[in-house]
Amino acid sequence: MSYLIDRRLNGKNKSAVNRQRFLRRYKKHIQKAVSDAVGKRSITDVEQGEKITIPSQDVGEPVLGHGPGGKRTIVHPGNREFIAGDTVPRREGGGGGAGSGRASNTGEGMDEFVFQITQEEFLEFMFEDLALPNLVKRQLAGSDAFKTRRAGFSSVGTPNQINIVRSLRAAHARRIALGGPKRRRIRELEQELAALQAREPVLRDNKRIAEIQEEIELLKRKIEHLPFIDEFDIKYNLNVKDPLPSSKAVMFCIMDVSGSMNQATKDMAKRFFILLYLFLKRNYDHTEVVFIRHHTSAKEVDEEEFFYSRETGGTIVSSALRLMKEIMAARYPTSEWNLYGAQASDGDNWNDDSSVCYELLTKEIMPFLQHYSYVEITPREHQALWHEYQQVKEQFPDCFALQQIVEVKDIYPVFRELFQRRPA
Amino acid sequence: MTSTDRTPISTGSEWTFELIDEYDRQIGRIAAEFGLETYRNQIEIISSEQMMDAYAASGMPVYYRHWSFGKHFLNIENHYNRGQMGLAYEIVINSNPCIAYLMEENTMAMQALVIAHACYGHNSFFKGNYLFRTWTDADSIVDYMLFARNYIAKCEEKHGIEAVESVLDSCHALMNYGVDRYKRPYPISAEEEQRRQVEREAYLQQQVNDLWRTIPAGKAEKKGQKHKPFLDEPQENLLYFLEKKAPLLEPWQREIIRIVRKVAQYFYPQRQTQVMNEGWATFWHYTLLNELYDRGLVTDGFMFEFLQSHTSVIYQPPFDSPHYSGINPYTLGFAMMSDLRRICENPTDEDQHWFPDIAGSNWVETLQFAMRNFKDESFIQQFLSPKVIRDLKLFCVLDDDNRNEIEISAIHDEEGYRTVREQLAGQYNLGNREPNIQIVDIDMRGDRAMYLEHIQHNRRPLDENTQEVLRHLHQLWGFDVHLQSLQDGEVTATFHCPEEDEERAHH
Repeated sequence: MSYLIDRRLNGKNKSAVNRQRFLRRYKKHIQKAVSDAVGKRSITDVEQGEKITIPSQDVGEPVLGHGPGGKRTIVHPGNREFIAGDTVPRREGGGGGAGSGRASNTGEGMDEFVFQITQEEFLEFMFEDLALPNLVKRQLAGSDAFKTRRAGFSSVGTPNQINIVRSLRAAHARRIALGGPKRRRIRELEQELAALQAREPVLRDNKRIAEIQEEIELLKRKIEHLPFIDEFDIKYNLNVKDPLPSSKAVMFCIMDVSGSMNQATKDMAKRFFILLYLFLKRNYDHTEVVFIRHHTSAKEVDEEEFFYSRETGGTIVSSALRLMKEIMAARYPTSEWNLYGAQASDGDNWNDDSSVCYELLTKEIMPFLQHYSYVEITPREHQALWHEYQQVKEQFPDCFALQQIVEVKDIYPVFRELFQRRPA
Repeated sequence: MTSTDRTPISTGSEWTFELIDEYDRQIGRIAAEFGLETYRNQIEIISSEQMMDAYAASGMPVYYRHWSFGKHFLNIENHYNRGQMGLAYEIVINSNPCIAYLMEENTMAMQALVIAHACYGHNSFFKGNYLFRTWTDADSIVDYMLFARNYIAKCEEKHGIEAVESVLDSCHALMNYGVDRYKRPYPISAEEEQRRQVEREAYLQQQVNDLWRTIPAGKAEKKGQKHKPFLDEPQENLLYFLEKKAPLLEPWQREIIRIVRKVAQYFYPQRQTQVMNEGWATFWHYTLLNELYDRGLVTDGFMFEFLQSHTSVIYQPPFDSPHYSGINPYTLGFAMMSDLRRICENPTDEDQHWFPDIAGSNWVETLQFAMRNFKDESFIQQFLSPKVIRDLKLFCVLDDDNRNEIEISAIHDEEGYRTVREQLAGQYNLGNREPNIQIVDIDMRGDRAMYLEHIQHNRRPLDENTQEVLRHLHQLWGFDVHLQSLQDGEVTATFHCPEEDEERAHH
């Protein structure tokens, strides 16, 4: 007779820990692959998993074995035309015939070790060692998040919360307490009985002995009748719900859509915004995005319009900043929200306007923001806007950052640079 | 037998638990009639994901944690998901009860094949073969693995994952040199193991301190007298030696070495009996299922499906095929087992000449005898018949790096049979396959360096991993390690760790 067991419902991820260990060990390789992949991917699938390739010798597990050379005889199957004594030219690198069945030891013949990481892991590696500058504000935001916590014991509850140890302990205590006087009385009576029985048979008070025996019987029966467990013995685990503070962030994406920004530049801006968005999403429970595009005047738009509609005209950056300020005041009270700003532009601005931007940023926006990053996507020299922004950075060195991007492959390094975890 | 008296157990391809039970009962009954003795079977139905997990852990239901298993898992997952590899239909573990996994995707016919192959074929081999009987403890292996897993997890908590991992890495590199070839360990239970581990820890540390004795030696001993070697005889079990003698190891590191050593010992018989084990299991699934058919218990469709996968399992691509990767142990094993039966039942004159003892004997007894008392090397040496050599068209290729051409030294003809048989047997001798490396001395009076010798066989050199493995050895030993390759007493290559100048051997 055999045992037949259905194991399909057991966990299937037995290897998960070992897999994690492997990923941890080859972190450097994977990070490099991830960073290459981010540069190469199209915008819509930055979030996918990735195929990782590591040179075989780097993941090798060395064991002692024989190398090529020396004298060896190998038996092969499937002889057709050979007869004993034939000689054959040695095949290049083959050492005579195809492998001798030993190659499997070292995994030779495979130059690369290839495997797949999941989307989650991909993001993990992508944002590893990055941190959001400045503390995250957490807010008791009402109803949606609770954490249940043990809070001692209670005498009311539902059956699934019965605490068996406590209940039985209470029952035991009750039985001791209620039976105590009776047991004491029994002990007294037994002593008396012993004393009576110790007398000479003629002197015994048989009537008293019978009385005592009867009383002992009665008391014993009473003790026996104490209920083993009573309703008020039962104790329940008490759980209380604590509201969880949740963190919310809003990200303002500001982009110049004037004629000078072509599709390629916008594409780069979009990649940057997507990276930032994914990053925020990992760090906050709720993340909202506000898209503001501008040329000479600014407008809040949806994502589609933000990236794909084209307009022409001049550029007044301050219009966007002003709109951002208004939206902040109207919808995102700084007591509840973590605010982030990200601006992408090719650096063009109406000359007089740049100083207005400086004023706006330093006085009315930056004091409320967690972080503001500005990327300038241009191969050309910086213009007035950049220089004004540099002065903003001097005033807010911790939460203002500006970087220049020339090509698509710069984006990820620039992003890492902006959010590199810094020693506290 | 006509089709009218067929009462098949099932006709569809879907399996159910009741059907598996019924097939198992029928196959078990026939197996018992043929005298197969087995451990009790524990058949577990698992999904393909679980099969991949099982694969990564060499089939063990419990294994300690290590990145290399994660690597194997990723590799399997990658190949499987891309369709480059089908999963094996079965994994079976040498334990008592004998655990066999069936994949839920398989059809009824495949499940029956696996039951016959694993639960009665491999199972009876585990129970009967002398190597398994001597070297492994089917009763305690799962318990032991549980102990190992918990112990290593505890070490990771105490000393950090990285520290434990690096010891394991080093042990794995030397795993093939952690095997006792002659002494038999005795079985103990998991709790006993745990209790002893604590005792061992204390005791071992005392022992090692011997190496550390710093009291100056007497003058007479210091000069003149030739120093007595630290070792009475060379040590081939490197891990055992390290566990007992490495001066700098912490007790927990010794215990980890011991665990790896025990696991290596457990798997050692499997590495020595691949051809026999697979041949035996394949022969029996073939025999048992045909018997089921003859008794009218399975349908023609069942047989077609079974024969198709049986044929692909025992397919041997010829040496010049792109799919060729050495001799298929299933093919060779099945051919030899079937041929043994033939020699017993229908001996030819040639068989009478080559196998006078067994030609015409009772085939069940003869096969049992062969299964119980041999390993691959001796099994081939003893039983590889001219007919099998002819059928597989085996031939020997002599590759000597002193000559420009390789030579066909023997083929499947009257002059060649003995050579082919001898060479093929040698090919399965682990002693030939793995370099013969032993610890020959420890410099107790100097820098405590360890000296090893590699005795070359037919001038075959060590491969390019040697330096890397030596690094692991050095890590465990804690002092310099020197290795020499010797051919006929002459040093042909030397390796050192830490490396000395440019002596490093390049290939």
